[in-house]
Amino acid sequence: MKNRISALLLGTALALAGGNLAFAQDKVIKIGSLSDQSGLYADLGGPGSTLAAQMAVEDSGMIAKGWKIDIISGDHLNKPDVGVNIARQWFDVDKVDVIVDVPNSGVALAVSNLVKEKNRVLLDSGAGSSDLTNAQCTPNTIHWTYDTYTLAHGTGSALTKAGGDSWFFLTADYAFGAALERDTTAAVQAAGGKVLGGVKHPLGTSDFSSFLLQAQASKAKIIGLANAGADTTTAIKQAAEFGIVAGGQKLAALLLFITDVHALGLNTAQGLNFTETFYWDMNDQDRAFAKRFQERMKNHSMPTMVHAGVYSSLLHYFKALDALGGNPHDGAKVVAKMKEMPTDDPLFGKGSIEPNGRAIHPAYLFQVKKPSESKGPWDYYNLVATIPASEAFTPLDKSTCPLLKK
Amino acid sequence: MTTMTDDALPVTPRTIRDEMIAFAIMAVLLAVVPLTGIYPFFVMQALCFALLACAFNLLIGYGGLLSFGHAMFLGTGGYVTAHALKVWGLPPELGIVVGAAAAAVLGVITGLIAIRRQGIYFAMITLALSQLMYFIYLQTPFTHGEDGIQGIPQGHLFGIFNLANPTVLYYVILAGFLFGFLVIFRTINSPFGEVLKAIRENEPRAISLGYKTDQYKLLAYILSGTLAGLAGSLKVFVAQNASLTDVEVAMSGLIVLMTLVGGLGTVFGPVVGAFIIVAMQQYLSGLGQWVTVIQGTVFVVCVLTFRRGIVGEIAHYFRRSL
Amino acid sequence: MQALYAQLLVGLINGSFYALLSLGLAVIFGMLNIINFAHGALYMMGAFCAYFLLNVLNIGYWPALIIAPIVVGIFGMILERTMLQWLAGLDHLYGLLLTFGLALIIQGVFQNYFGSSGLPYSIPSELQGGMNLGFMYLPIYRGWVVVFSLVVCIATWFLIEKTRLGANLRAATENPTLVRAFGINVPRMITLTYGLGVGLAALAGVLSAPINQVRPLMGENVIIVVFAVVVIGGMGSIMGSIVTGFALGVIEGLTKYFYPEASNTVVFVFMVLVLLVKPTGLTGRAA
Repeated sequence: MKNRISALLLGTALALAGGNLAFAQDKVIKIGSLSDQSGLYADLGGPGSTLAAQMAVEDSGMIAKGWKIDIISGDHLNKPDVGVNIARQWFDVDKVDVIVDVPNSGVALAVSNLVKEKNRVLLDSGAGSSDLTNAQCTPNTIHWTYDTYTLAHGTGSALTKAGGDSWFFLTADYAFGAALERDTTAAVQAAGGKVLGGVKHPLGTSDFSSFLLQAQASKAKIIGLANAGADTTTAIKQAAEFGIVAGGQKLAALLLFITDVHALGLNTAQGLNFTETFYWDMNDQDRAFAKRFQERMKNHSMPTMVHAGVYSSLLHYFKALDALGGNPHDGAKVVAKMKEMPTDDPLFGKGSIEPNGRAIHPAYLFQVKKPSESKGPWDYYNLVATIPASEAFTPLDKSTCPLLKK
Repeated sequence: MTTMTDDALPVTPRTIRDEMIAFAIMAVLLAVVPLTGIYPFFVMQALCFALLACAFNLLIGYGGLLSFGHAMFLGTGGYVTAHALKVWGLPPELGIVVGAAAAAVLGVITGLIAIRRQGIYFAMITLALSQLMYFIYLQTPFTHGEDGIQGIPQGHLFGIFNLANPTVLYYVILAGFLFGFLVIFRTINSPFGEVLKAIRENEPRAISLGYKTDQYKLLAYILSGTLAGLAGSLKVFVAQNASLTDVEVAMSGLIVLMTLVGGLGTVFGPVVGAFIIVAMQQYLSGLGQWVTVIQGTVFVVCVLTFRRGIVGEIAHYFRRSL
Repeated sequence: MQALYAQLLVGLINGSFYALLSLGLAVIFGMLNIINFAHGALYMMGAFCAYFLLNVLNIGYWPALIIAPIVVGIFGMILERTMLQWLAGLDHLYGLLLTFGLALIIQGVFQNYFGSSGLPYSIPSELQGGMNLGFMYLPIYRGWVVVFSLVVCIATWFLIEKTRLGANLRAATENPTLVRAFGINVPRMITLTYGLGVGLAALAGVLSAPINQVRPLMGENVIIVVFAVVVIGGMGSIMGSIVTGFALGVIEGLTKYFYPEASNTVVFVFMVLVLLVKPTGLTGRAA
């Protein structure tokens, strides 16, 4: 992480020139990793994302081709206004060209608007809301890694088709939770299942016992957890206490990261079903990346799919800039180039970017291993099914993105 | 509840002159900011928080009432103005008026509930009311919950001044801040302000002198709330969004911190405190998790050794009133 | 109807937890006039202490119930000796702000080293499993929580209100000079009392480690509710806090059944209503 104060002093000296200069094409790139560095999502994004960005710079070979690339990072504290303020300062003072990561859908949507206004680039790999590529899409934003549609159709459809045809939802009472519940309900019903009911809990609930009791009483085969972070892990832990899984019901954690499983421990997390788009142990390339990542991470954790998304989105961005021959400092132009080129990187395989800014690649349904199946720390997942790219994301004809209406 | 502002000097022509000189210096320094290279958005943010801290200080430094819920005024001013600008399409000046008016109404309602309690109970009631407002804002659809109200148009003030221009916006915000500051300044140095201070020092005595202390306290509370709401309305133009952050408990805590660091019960303390805290938050954000530790350390150091706050210590040293 | 009974029982269990947590706060305020905002952070330290005892020293849950409160209690006493004692005699506000700052520091430091996702701690094997009560499945550990909290609450109340030591403590805070004249070491009593309050918070932390994730921020959500409990019960009244803690648990349980989204906020409605009618809380004295 760069020293913010020296960045500011440098920026102040440059600031006299004002905000919107027309830059000539050059070979300078400034990357800003905007994440939650200290709160709920620090482990799935945070410092790991900055590291992933650095690794992308190193692996792309751009420096050898004469490019000058800098990375700075910032903490949006899960607050849209803090995120926007940091982003605005990055654009006006520090001349940042591209922002990566940005978990937390509220912050992502706010930053996406600002990015469009300033004509830079946003490569979001942390946020979940499918609105980023639907109603709120812009020509400057590409949404990587996953969204609520992926999670809903991955976990929802697969579990319903496998026999879990009655659902009960535990939903976090905020926009993301509601979106997740809505998308999953649609997926479940499309696969022939029924939603028996649900209950909304406040964000940051520490005791789920009464909600779990309601879920038990509903006798639904699957209890869907439409929440994230500490809410999900606490609910899972307490569900074990109340004998939910022992009593025959299954838990579907709609949004879960490997760092959550690590925090829960295999004893509690075993048997959980969920969708992700990256796992470090899937093939040799993933393993090689993960090993290098783990060595450099302060707390030696493995990369999550968000970290992988930062890496992969930057690699593609560099390819586009390389193809353009220089950095035009024009966000929409670069994004248009990125949409022209198919994606191919070691972590997500072959994919492409849709006109609405949605990056497409396969998704995977995983199940957490039993403790006896695991050979060591971080060896947590069994692959249950692969969801092809065409099914994992909103089909273009259903997308409500205004850009698509020509 | 009086040890905080023990060495506040009585109002005399000399103290008023000192304060007016300091005010003039502050106004000039702030007016030339766009000509230096300092990033205007940072100063604008700081100005909004400075107004907020001054409003809070009015209540605690001069009224002796610790409100742990001032965030609800900031948030109300912000949300109502944001909604007025984006959905009702009102021009900026009306948007600000509506926001501040909404905060005033909230001040009346919550004031009537809270004002009869003393000390820590008053603080806890304001905290509870603020949490209730948080819940209401979380649930009502117009605030869009966690996402907040985004992309608020800046428009043209009075049809002439283009607020999308950072320099114009800066002077508008500065004007708003100076206006609010002068209102507080005038209030403190008026007969109303004197009665407030008397109530703060010894309420039974004030009552025995025939003052209806509850009315005075209520009035101070409403004024403080309205100005905090004004700060929220102004902030909407700077940030172009209104979110739940502004109504959280942590925000109320931040307001207390700003005022404490600058100096409770001093006129300029909250301004200095606000600038310091906003600067800390912005420029130390690269340090990630250490920011909380630093904030906590500042709290602890201030309370143990620096109780009068920065401006307070300076004023005490020079035996002036600042 | 069955569902309602189940929710009430769960509410009672949560209430016992609130009562235990607010007990320490009530002791500290009642005896020392300090508004201890660091209570949530100290509760968190108790849970972490239990985690370390298990994972580093291989000391299990049962000894941790005694060791963790002592360790954290000593830490609290150090805090009191080095920082809080300078604020004696000053406005409440300063104690509140100092402990608030301490809470930020403690939470920030823990977050830096342990991240935010949390660490696992399992229920001790003797208390695992549950019983089918007909209207609900009650985990044994939860039943244990109620019983244990009740015992600790009553014991503490008895200690403070009915024993000689408690009487000395209460006297020492009401009239320190006179009590000192009797040869009793007042500053030491005050330090010990703070240690006791902190130890109670840590005890609640150990109790909660098996059922909540052990996270650096685990005290943040709970501190405000606990404060509300103490204020409603009447600051300074031990019995008031205990009763209010249980009552709040039940009220929250009912809210989770009828209007779940409001369950985090109902405590504040409760507080406003009580304070409107009884300005110093249900059984408390004026601040």
